[in-house]
Amino acid sequence: MIDGLSVQLAQMALVLSLAPLLTGLVRKVKARLLRRRGPPLLQPYRDLVRLVHKESVVAESASWLFRIVPYLMFAATWVAAALVPTFATGLLFSWSADVIVIIALLGSARFFLALAGMDVGTSFGGIGSSREAMIAALAEPALIMIVFTLALIAGSTQLSTIAALMLSSNVGLRVSLGMALVALIIVAIAENGRIPVDNPASHLELTMVHEAMVLEYSGRHLALIELASSIKLLLYVSLIACVFVPWGLAPAGAPLHVHLIGAGIYLAKLALAGVLLALLETMIAKMRVFRVADLLGAALMLGFLATLLRFVSRGM
Amino acid sequence: MQHLAFDIAHLLAGSIVLVSLMLLYQVRLYALLNVFALQAAVLALSVSWQAWLQDAPELYLTAAIALVVKAIVIPLALHRMIRRLGIHREVETALNIGPTMLAGLALVALAIAVVHRVSPDANMIAREDIAFALAVVLLGLLMMVTRRNAVSQVVGFMSLENGLILAASGAKGMPYVVEISVAFSILVAFIVIGIFLFRIRERFDTVDLHALDQITGSER
Repeated sequence: MIDGLSVQLAQMALVLSLAPLLTGLVRKVKARLLRRRGPPLLQPYRDLVRLVHKESVVAESASWLFRIVPYLMFAATWVAAALVPTFATGLLFSWSADVIVIIALLGSARFFLALAGMDVGTSFGGIGSSREAMIAALAEPALIMIVFTLALIAGSTQLSTIAALMLSSNVGLRVSLGMALVALIIVAIAENGRIPVDNPASHLELTMVHEAMVLEYSGRHLALIELASSIKLLLYVSLIACVFVPWGLAPAGAPLHVHLIGAGIYLAKLALAGVLLALLETMIAKMRVFRVADLLGAALMLGFLATLLRFVSRGM
Repeated sequence: MQHLAFDIAHLLAGSIVLVSLMLLYQVRLYALLNVFALQAAVLALSVSWQAWLQDAPELYLTAAIALVVKAIVIPLALHRMIRRLGIHREVETALNIGPTMLAGLALVALAIAVVHRVSPDANMIAREDIAFALAVVLLGLLMMVTRRNAVSQVVGFMSLENGLILAASGAKGMPYVVEISVAFSILVAFIVIGIFLFRIRERFDTVDLHALDQITGSER
């Protein structure tokens, strides 16, 4: 028997330690697909350590907000990631917060980062913040609609309950779920600033969104922001895995070896998602910024339609 | 088993509604025709599933007609027409894509709400089929209203008719004569519209129907 607290702590440590590895894996696979050797898998950890040891330079015009935003953003993202079941559903915190809270936490992290982007007063930060706000204004309603669809099907907004329902056999074949999955993938790509919405490796001023906002950060501040972005990517992968491929999740109160098997399966899921993401990013080109609205509009439409179709399906 | 049968029917009918919304989303004529062919193919699948469910062999014929005529012959003919008219540029829409999609979603919601209100104790499969069919019909109408290009209006008209077939396949006991006559009247309408398209082009050098307003004087 394992209690909720130890599962929760193990999960928080796991999320924190695995997030840079996932980022490294995506980079490595992308480089291999382009026939380059690419940085080693552990490079993101080394980058973080190097950044922490460097001095943080803060612009003269920066206010107190600029200094605290990296901490706020990191804390909000980490707490949100702690709420998504990764390898076990018996989390201690999961009964105090549901999916809506996760969305709200991510939303506030993004809000503070956008504020910090504008704080210093350089033009690139402003551009990045305004683009981020545009993307968020479309991605968040889409995410909310997806959550409504899942909540209507499962009868709860608790991720553990949704995952338990998906594991049971009476879900059936539902067109709403397929639409929700496609919409969730689009939202995840947009929220994490991956190709085709934003290029994480780009330092070309005209195209960058996330990189433009964090341009003024350095040292430990930058390290926290980078780590938070990695955790966010891991969070979305875990969210998709937990809702749509929940096999292998250890139920609450299961013995230790079930939890270990669950963790192993979770690692396999992460690796698969990383490879798929790298494949996707290699195959398609980045969109023009103003076409992103069309893509996210499609996600919003799918979310809406999934909710609507739910009302004429079985068991309503 | 009953659950799975219903789920598949629901999946196929729901996909038709989704493809109808995709039709609204397309701004290029060739892409529009391809999506229309996809819609007809999904319709054929859905109708044959209904035929198997209801044990109604004549519905297989309806599915075959939908597949051959609507998914292959008409899209090919329209492709040729577009090439001959030389209009493979963008579709001009009277409304932007965003508001059109919102209007489309509102129509889907309306269709579902209406059917739920009027038929609370009908058979479940028939009921959701009728709701989706009404949504497809309304989306076809919306497409005809928002597009100015004559070819895309034809596609809107055809997709409206796909909705009618969906409704006919869901309701048990629709006379077969009705379906055949609907299919043929659509074919005749298609030919007539095709001839008219060429006449309009000859006369006005465009298939933008706003050019017609100038004769009637309804614009300005």
